[in-house]
Amino acid sequence: MLTVQNLSVSFTQYDTGLTQKQLTVITDLDLHVNAREVVAVVGSSGSGKSLLAHAVLGILPHNAQISGTILFKGEPLTRQRQASLRGKAIALIPQSISYLDPLMPVGRQVHQAARRAGVATTDIRQRVDHTFSRYELASTVKQQYPFQVSGGMARRVLVATAAVGQADLIIADEPTPGLHPDLVAETLNHLRQLASAGKGVILITHDLEAALQVADKVAVFYAGTTLEIAIAEDFVNGNLRHPYTQALWRSLPQNEFIPVPGAQPNPDALPDGCLFSDRCPLVTDACLTERPSLRLVRGAPVRCIHAEG
Amino acid sequence: MLKGEQLSFRYSPHHSWVLQDFNIQIAPSEIVGLLGPSGFGKTTVGKLLAGYLAPTSGSVTVEGQPLPTRGSCPVQLVFQHPELAMNPRWRIRQVLAEGQSPAPELLQALSIDSSWLSRWTHELSGGELQRIAVARSLNAHTRYLIADEMTAMLDANTQALIWQAVLDYVRQHEIGMLVISHEAPLLKRVCDRIIHIE
Repeated sequence: MLTVQNLSVSFTQYDTGLTQKQLTVITDLDLHVNAREVVAVVGSSGSGKSLLAHAVLGILPHNAQISGTILFKGEPLTRQRQASLRGKAIALIPQSISYLDPLMPVGRQVHQAARRAGVATTDIRQRVDHTFSRYELASTVKQQYPFQVSGGMARRVLVATAAVGQADLIIADEPTPGLHPDLVAETLNHLRQLASAGKGVILITHDLEAALQVADKVAVFYAGTTLEIAIAEDFVNGNLRHPYTQALWRSLPQNEFIPVPGAQPNPDALPDGCLFSDRCPLVTDACLTERPSLRLVRGAPVRCIHAEG
Repeated sequence: MLKGEQLSFRYSPHHSWVLQDFNIQIAPSEIVGLLGPSGFGKTTVGKLLAGYLAPTSGSVTVEGQPLPTRGSCPVQLVFQHPELAMNPRWRIRQVLAEGQSPAPELLQALSIDSSWLSRWTHELSGGELQRIAVARSLNAHTRYLIADEMTAMLDANTQALIWQAVLDYVRQHEIGMLVISHEAPLLKRVCDRIIHIE
């Protein structure tokens, strides 16, 4: 469905006066999403999770330079193709319920999303009704404004706007920040259902625990690169390959709650070698000179020369 | 002892009660968790105890005294969104100076890089800014710390990093804590006891 290979994104910024500087925010990023699959993208803030979504949707600002390949259904995603696919074949579930139009009844918003997604005019009404009942929204809710519905219902409306069209790829950008566990589980279930219906789903989140509840694969991002694309069971089975992924798992409160000290490298001062080298317990001289390439270890891609099969 | 007695709060007599007759006690060095669904007044409890809101009825006392109205408050509050709790026109150094510049050891424990100090708040990520907010709240006058979803927006590693530094500091300085969160595993890990609001 979607293949991202060696994606790099850098921004040109003015420093002082007329001197420009390059900020490399995504370096050699890889991701692969199949139909019927939920791929979670986890990483701390500034690891390039949202930028990946923006790169796929083609909504990066003009001062961004992109290199690498993004293939959607086997064909490269060009700017024109992105513009014609966004909201139709590729849909976004945004982060916050404030993305709903506060001045429009929620029914009309889902209706509009269906129209923009290219659903035939004669089918729209039926499609919207069907989507509303699927997400257990009463038909009276259609006439209500976002402020009149509860937080949980507004979340379902957001999912409905993405699910009402025939999108093949759904990108959910932090759909569960600071929500009550029941609401988190409900939103994640909706994503799972969309995948079961044959769509590819990218779940962008900083919440590893939430990701593991629903994902088939977990791509771990760090400082703008993919360190590992683990299978969800690898976490519980202790089959993780990259030291950062292992550390991330260890740092959960229900596990050992032990963090790796330090912080992600700054985008204007990235190290020459492995991006995790300054915090890695396994670091050797070879790590400092060259960026490790992605290789298969125990059936999953990892970017570490020390990972063993 | 930080005590909230018979705390009730509503925004005006026309509004319904956000909180009614709520009692809470936190001893020095004690870490208390507050767990409950959204909309049950957890944040209001935090704001009342730190003096951000005045209770409609009831009282808040620290070691038997009411909260001071001037100077540094012994009860400090750390919010979920650090970017909303800082002046965007100040550099980080100035933000930190608001709570009397913290000791270098604390900065180091929180992995705060000295290069951040000359940056603006929008130049740091959420995790980096939250460390600044924590460092600012832990000054010499702080006796009690209220963490309202302090790490809800952060990844697991940054969350553990901030918590380890905070736990070390509060143990060393015998600071009492109230931890507001809806993440049960986190509360089980860090708290001595947990209060369920329902």
